[in-house]
Amino acid sequence: MTARALAAWLGKRALGAVLTIVLASVLIYGALRLVPGDPVLALTAGRRLTPDQIEAVRHRYGLDQGFVRGYLSWAGDALRLDLGTSLNYQTGVSTLISGRLGVSGLLIAYSAVLAVLFGSVVALVSAVRGGLADRAATVLASVTTATPPFVAAIVLLSVFSVGLGWFPATGAGTGLADRLWHLTLPAVAMATATFGVLARVGNAAFAEELRREHVEVARSRGVGGAAVVRRHVVRNALAPLLTVIGLLVAGLFVATAIVETAFGLDGVGSLLVSSVSRRDFPVVQGVGLVAVVLFVAVNTLTDLALPFIDPRVTVGGLGR
Amino acid sequence: MTLTIPALRARRPGFRRRPLGVRFAAAFLVLVAATGLLAPVLAPHSPDTTSLLNSLAPPGTAGHLLGTDSAGRDVLSRLMYGARFSLIAPLGVVLLAGVAGTAIGLLAARAGGWVDAVLSRGMDIVFSFPSLLLAMLVVAVFGPGLTAPVCALAVSYTPFVGRVVRNVAIQEGARPYMEGYRVMGFGEAWVTLRHLLPNIAPVLVAQSALSFGYALVDLASLSYLGLGVRPPDADWGSMISQAQSAILQGSPWSALAPGLVVLLTVVSVNVLGGHLGGSIGGKKEGT
Repeated sequence: MTARALAAWLGKRALGAVLTIVLASVLIYGALRLVPGDPVLALTAGRRLTPDQIEAVRHRYGLDQGFVRGYLSWAGDALRLDLGTSLNYQTGVSTLISGRLGVSGLLIAYSAVLAVLFGSVVALVSAVRGGLADRAATVLASVTTATPPFVAAIVLLSVFSVGLGWFPATGAGTGLADRLWHLTLPAVAMATATFGVLARVGNAAFAEELRREHVEVARSRGVGGAAVVRRHVVRNALAPLLTVIGLLVAGLFVATAIVETAFGLDGVGSLLVSSVSRRDFPVVQGVGLVAVVLFVAVNTLTDLALPFIDPRVTVGGLGR
Repeated sequence: MTLTIPALRARRPGFRRRPLGVRFAAAFLVLVAATGLLAPVLAPHSPDTTSLLNSLAPPGTAGHLLGTDSAGRDVLSRLMYGARFSLIAPLGVVLLAGVAGTAIGLLAARAGGWVDAVLSRGMDIVFSFPSLLLAMLVVAVFGPGLTAPVCALAVSYTPFVGRVVRNVAIQEGARPYMEGYRVMGFGEAWVTLRHLLPNIAPVLVAQSALSFGYALVDLASLSYLGLGVRPPDADWGSMISQAQSAILQGSPWSALAPGLVVLLTVVSVNVLGGHLGGSIGGKKEGT
């Protein structure tokens, strides 16, 4: 791989990511223009405003200009992290989001760690052991995959919060230990489906590697079971798994909306939900934009990391 | 003169010869669909009749097989009526996404060149926009309800169908029988619709089944968040959200019942979809 090919490939990936974000932002901005009736009415959502204030809102969202100019001024503000002002809270959307990012970020990280840890362990053990362990893991994976976060949430609430009283039902707690304790059930609820997908995909990836000739050869040369698994199976299956993990972790961003609502957490996800139902448009647009940027960033970074993790993945092969 | 198509003429196992799990899944889905369809006949109570004297009755109470919710409404009857919204809305998503995805996938595969490049890139971009986020965005625009989210999810799931159809159609289009029809002078569009489409139908069905499961979860999530179906209508998602406060009062049943039904329905759909997808893979290796 020459430096030039690498640069071209990096450029192409970055361009694709930027294009996706730009189109998504056009959609997010354009949604406002699709509102039946006067967009200002949607932005103000029935709140009584003076004509001056209405004019300010109209100007703020570029509604006094054409679509393209309106979008450009809105996107320009967004690039400077100015996402407008919430109609409900009367505060800057950026301030609102950054104030709640801590809870959501910790929740996403917590559930990603749980899902990846348990998912890959179950996948590896079931693939290596086979037989009963494999069958049990298959059933477990297909049930957890089909468990929507809100179903997992009510089951966990009923059993561990109300039934056994081990975990609190609502709130995010204060201090790190207390917060982790409060976020455990939400993180498990969010991780459930991700765990299932990972266990299944991981099992398939590991099983495929185990059947390969080089594993057979290594075994016949007397390499011990654990060493074969570590050196030949896990290493080879890592790249395809990482792609899936990237997609799944990105998917967790949206799941926060459901889980934070279910457990009464003040995060970005529950902010999005309450803003959608109050039709607090600036917040919806701001959170939507942040979510899409994070989503695309995680997926792109996973793609970019692949050739460095697995030397067999050639840059040209990925460049589509 | 006929050309036989081996892939389609493969042995079709009867219902009894399919795996046990697949039979259970199919039976459960038929049961749920039938109770939804026949809810006015089968439901023991009206889904909206409240009875505050009889609220949060546990399952097994006389006259209320699955108990009652916090407003004293019969949970079983509400589940039956809820099945209508919970199943029809995702069905709408799958039909719309299936038609659009097939059209775009076939067009991309058969046209190739820049048409394929543009359509594929477009599908990649739509695919990278989370479906639930898009659905919430349209709810913010059009207000709560199911119509707008169904359309938004259909857009979101079009690439899910379209990308697979494109890939399979490219493989299938390179097969000798397709060339045979072309040599015989049949038009490209006719060959594609009359011969290629039926041969990729199993893939289409499997992919549609999977997207039905995802769409069901997305729509139930929206209703759970209070952004989907509007009261007095109810689906399983909104039943759970209404019953959530009862969990904290120690009566989780009215929330767990719809939760279990959602779970079993999605498991069944996935098992069935996976089976259809898997049996296609098997056929392909065999030919």
